[in-house]
Amino acid sequence: MSLWRQLARGLRVLVHRGASDRDVDDEVAHYLDQATAAHVGRGLTEAAARRAAAIEIGNPMVVREQVRDYGWENIAATTAGDLRVAVRRLRTHPGFAVVAVLTLALGIGAATAIFGAVNPILFEPLAYPHADRVVMVSDVRADGSRLETTYGTYVEIAQRSRVFHALAASDAWQPALSGDGDPERLAGQQVSASYFRVLGISPALGRNFADADDRPGGPRVAILSARLVARRFGGDPHVVGRVIDLDGNPFTVIGVMPAGFSNVLEAAADVWTPLQMRQHAAFESREWGHHQTMIGRLEPGVSLDEARRELNAIARSPVADFPRPAWASLNDGLMVHALQYDVTSGVRPALLAVLGAVVLLLAIACVNVANLLLARGAQRADEFAMRVALGAGRARLVRQLLTESLVLAACGGVLALGVAEAGLRGLIALTPSGVPRAGAIGLDGRAFVFALAVTAIIGIAVGIAPALRASRNTAGRGLARASSRVAGGHAASRRVLVVAEVVLALVLLVGAGLLLRSLAQLFAVAPGFDATNVLTMQIDAAGRRYASDSARLQFFAQALDAVRAVPGVTSAAFTSQLPLSGDVDGYGIAFENDAVKSGDEGAALRYAVTPDYFKTMGIPLRAGRLVDAHDVPGAPEALVINESFAKRRFPGQNPIGQRVRVGPELNDPKRPWDYVVGVVGDVKQTSLAVAQEDQFYVASGQWDWVDNVQTLVVRARVEPASLIPLVKRAIWSVDRDQPVTRVATMAALVRQSAAERRFVLIVFEIFAAAALALAAIGLYGVLSGSVAERTREIGVRSALGATQSQILALIVREGMGLTAVGVAIGLAGAVAASRALVTLLFGVSRLDPVTYAGVVVLLAGVSALACWIPASRAARVDPSITLRSE
Amino acid sequence: MAEPNTDVIQGTLDLLILKTLSLEPMHGFGIARRIEQVSRGVFRINPGSLLTALQRLERAGWLDAEWRQTENARRARYYALTRAGRKQLEVETSTWNQRATAIARLLKAEA
Repeated sequence: MSLWRQLARGLRVLVHRGASDRDVDDEVAHYLDQATAAHVGRGLTEAAARRAAAIEIGNPMVVREQVRDYGWENIAATTAGDLRVAVRRLRTHPGFAVVAVLTLALGIGAATAIFGAVNPILFEPLAYPHADRVVMVSDVRADGSRLETTYGTYVEIAQRSRVFHALAASDAWQPALSGDGDPERLAGQQVSASYFRVLGISPALGRNFADADDRPGGPRVAILSARLVARRFGGDPHVVGRVIDLDGNPFTVIGVMPAGFSNVLEAAADVWTPLQMRQHAAFESREWGHHQTMIGRLEPGVSLDEARRELNAIARSPVADFPRPAWASLNDGLMVHALQYDVTSGVRPALLAVLGAVVLLLAIACVNVANLLLARGAQRADEFAMRVALGAGRARLVRQLLTESLVLAACGGVLALGVAEAGLRGLIALTPSGVPRAGAIGLDGRAFVFALAVTAIIGIAVGIAPALRASRNTAGRGLARASSRVAGGHAASRRVLVVAEVVLALVLLVGAGLLLRSLAQLFAVAPGFDATNVLTMQIDAAGRRYASDSARLQFFAQALDAVRAVPGVTSAAFTSQLPLSGDVDGYGIAFENDAVKSGDEGAALRYAVTPDYFKTMGIPLRAGRLVDAHDVPGAPEALVINESFAKRRFPGQNPIGQRVRVGPELNDPKRPWDYVVGVVGDVKQTSLAVAQEDQFYVASGQWDWVDNVQTLVVRARVEPASLIPLVKRAIWSVDRDQPVTRVATMAALVRQSAAERRFVLIVFEIFAAAALALAAIGLYGVLSGSVAERTREIGVRSALGATQSQILALIVREGMGLTAVGVAIGLAGAVAASRALVTLLFGVSRLDPVTYAGVVVLLAGVSALACWIPASRAARVDPSITLRSE
Repeated sequence: MAEPNTDVIQGTLDLLILKTLSLEPMHGFGIARRIEQVSRGVFRINPGSLLTALQRLERAGWLDAEWRQTENARRARYYALTRAGRKQLEVETSTWNQRATAIARLLKAEA
């Protein structure tokens, strides 16, 4: 009721300003009449009574103002007035307005885009109920780094721990799906029955895994993603109960996950099947291999720290019921992190660096606009003095100026949304494929709120200093103008801002420089193979037809012959794993002359290859011989190892002829020895930036099994991508039903391996270029303002005999002095800030002198240019004109 | 909205206005004179404060305002208590009485 009255009365006053003013006038006049009448009644004359009443009431104007000031509508009216004035001012100075708005739009837009990208990946909780209670548990290497757990460890933790509501193990699995339609290789996971209970998401159709499903020899059941059901089974609502063929085995579909389910451990997973591992298995079996990802849901009220304490207590106190092998002794404890932290830990440094960069850019944009506002404040000193003289209070002036800067920020903010949208599209295009939760990137409500908040804060932050300064100045100086003719002391704060801009730009430039040098260093790393003109693709031998090793071997041999016959192909080969493709496949290796017969020397990377692999990839032979056509099943197993492995294992000895055992079940004394027959050059497998790993090569037919998924490498005489259809046709001429996936040129894989650094580098380069431009504009603005203010002084100087070059030097010295101060502070800042980049650098120190020197030279050069223009204008000042104009 | 030069005890103007209007509708000067008379000149009301307060109370829904034509062809604004205003008067009266009693007791204890 009363709120309604407030609104209605206020609106009436706003709409009928004149009528409501008249009402107040009438009421005051009536009061005066009545007071006069009262005095007359007490015997005073009409005139005396009126005077007495007037004295009582005081100035009727004041009374009227007092009454009129009441109500929200008056505050609204004043604000509207301020807005009108602000917009009018900006329209009369379009140049200033456009520069300021564009600068802000750039800064806010870039910040919003980066926020839109970083927020969902790093900060928004995962899309699971009580996602903060989902943790990842990992084993720890002796050096403290993270190691996947074993199933054996999972069994022990699951039984001994009390902090988990549910605990699950999962292993990546890529089964081939065949049946109706083209055969294809799916991404999937083998999981313990509790997996979806840990995540807190149940199938939308059908049922979840039950404990009875997850037993050795249990039923072959599968849960599918909604994505796969839509794509492959036409969204069939009755897909539950159907039997599908995975790797040649029939699996019954028991459930379908909801459409929005995001499986962060394996985003591409479309199929889940039970692990069906043994609770108590021999140490040599798969159950004790480090390939399980363990996740758990904590009981309500259990903190991460409590979970850490409990798990490490378990790790330190082995019990007889749960024997542990040496490689899963848990001697170094267990690592427990929030799942969110774990899935984003790979990209966290890159994203935080980008976030830092955009904050710097935003700061520069703000400083620039504050600078512009200060400059305008100086020019408007007369206007403010006049307003004060007419009775405007300081608060009123500050309010007017703040309104102006808020209008600027609001215009900038609106444009910024366009900038952010475009920027985000660019970011998504640039995003390396490995970034988790990349699908969540977008301008959502949160990003808009962020932009709004940033805009408001900037409007106030940017406006407050100039506003206070402008309102303070007027008080002392009044309408006197003399002060503007001598070198301006009031420009001090503008100088501070310019120095700040140089500092911020330098920090960004150093970051960009360090990343640029890192990338150059990275690409200078020899990958160990010749990537030019090499085409790669993954080929399957899936299904019952290829159940035996010999059938698979024959299929790949036939496929290879068919590919070799394609015109343009120089050579072709198969390998079990491809460098820089994301494959990591390692096996324990034991040496006959090993002092420690532990059998757990650690993993070396296994390449089961066909003889032409080395020729096709251009991997050089260092000693001995390569794997060749004589290395067939049944013959003594020939092993080729890489150079640095050979040097490390056999210092000063000839590695050729050494006897070793590799593969599973190393400790089996009946296992025949392998012979090292050759040494080849090192090849980078995981990434260009990782230190050299141990590697061994074995003929495809001589390994314990013939891999059913192999990668074809083809060296071409022509552009390799042009061969893709021909090569595919050649493979399908052998068997039309086998999936061909992951088609890529080797050169693209090399580029991709540096994608994350490249991503950060591009963002930094763009931001640094923008920062440099803004700093130059800021410097130019301050100097040209200073020249304009000092025209008279310069005129006097040249009248007194200063030469043009002396005046030029005067201005340039002023500008370069500011730059020098900024560079000095900026260098210290860059040294501190470079700490945040350390994990992204490669082969270059964060204090790399070349980078720092280069950046200083670049910044000095750009500053000099920005100084030169106003300086040369000053040098052309004609003393006779300036002195006369006063 | 400061209340300068008023002899009325801070915060009691609303109570005085509501009480005065509880007898009959009145215009601004009528209210001022009545308060002055009844209080025997202890309270003198500043017209600016009074008219602002009337506007505030009207907005709050405690008073209704109505323009009436006077005999000498002027417009006069008459104020009347609403039902909400009557309730508010009760609340403010009891609050005031509590306070007054408390102050009286304190002063007595002092002596």
